[in-house]
Amino acid sequence: MSDTPPRVPLRDIFRVFFTVGASSFGGGVTGWMHRITVGQKGWLTNEKFLAGLALGQVLPGANVSNMAVYIGQVLRGPLGAIVALGAVLTGPFFLVIAVATLYDEAIKIPFFHSAMDGIAAAAVGMVLRMGTMGALHGCRKAAPAVIAFGVFVAIGILQWPLAPVALVAAPLSVALAWPRGRRQGGLDA
Amino acid sequence: MRDNPLLGLTVIIVPFSLLSIGGGPSIFAPLQREVVDVMQWITAREFIDLFSIARVAPGPGAMLTTLIGWKVGGWAGAIVATLAMFLPASILTLMVARVYDRYRGRDWHTALEAGLAPVAVGLIFAGAISIIRLSGNSMLTWAAAVGAGAVLTLRPKLHPFVMLFAGAALFVVAEIAGFWPIAAP
Repeated sequence: MSDTPPRVPLRDIFRVFFTVGASSFGGGVTGWMHRITVGQKGWLTNEKFLAGLALGQVLPGANVSNMAVYIGQVLRGPLGAIVALGAVLTGPFFLVIAVATLYDEAIKIPFFHSAMDGIAAAAVGMVLRMGTMGALHGCRKAAPAVIAFGVFVAIGILQWPLAPVALVAAPLSVALAWPRGRRQGGLDA
Repeated sequence: MRDNPLLGLTVIIVPFSLLSIGGGPSIFAPLQREVVDVMQWITAREFIDLFSIARVAPGPGAMLTTLIGWKVGGWAGAIVATLAMFLPASILTLMVARVYDRYRGRDWHTALEAGLAPVAVGLIFAGAISIIRLSGNSMLTWAAAVGAGAVLTLRPKLHPFVMLFAGAALFVVAEIAGFWPIAAP
């Protein structure tokens, strides 16, 4: 297929994923990735990003590294995936060891925990923004909206384990989204 | 395996990599059993400390394995543990992503893309809740998160760093003013 997006230089992939990885305090990293790669750089569409995010969450591995591999692969194939993965992990690798070395001192810094809590809250803001954009794009009809809400309640509120919820919700959702030859007895029957 | 920590790290962590559906949190309990009880590389107290360090530092929570490797085998241990944790799952993701990419335009591909999006949206909001729960689940956290989301929506060019810094500043001010930290309900 020839709908390939413009070739993104490996250097740019490295720069973006290194920055995101090294500054991903307090979670919400995928929100930041979404903001830069979809919103600011326009490297991939919202739909493509969300599909990758769902794949990355269903497959084993950290969301951050799986998203780096997925986006890198979309942009530049396996080489892009290797560069993005290496870039997103290099910063945290050294920083986590640095923090471990300095931890006993760091927790004595005034307001350290409050600053961390604030960073986490702001990072959640990015996650909320990503979820809202996704909902506006992909959940306008009844069936996807019900699926999204159901997954949210099962995982977020009831704290059911991910694997069984995903194994039920994903095939159901895909079946409902099938363009033609849909089986009878759907939700909108 | 006790004599060769690098081999031991690889043998123990690689299977966890392939089992870590949903990321680090799903393997922390069995990982603790393995490195604390079975191998006795670190104590339970050390494991908890390393866990919170991995949460404070940037990067995925699964970087906890990097710290375990570092404790067990220094820099070489850290590198081996990181590769053992991230490479197997990443290779699997790469293979799935490649197959997935090749069939663009097919019916099932379109259905997969449209069908996975709502699942992702549900997981995204669930993830937001879980981060808020870990950081105290307070009105202030909610207000700051929703406020940050609104500002980011209104100002698409704003660098995320500005937002993270503003969040840190807000909570430091809240602590000075005596509103933070609040005991979790």
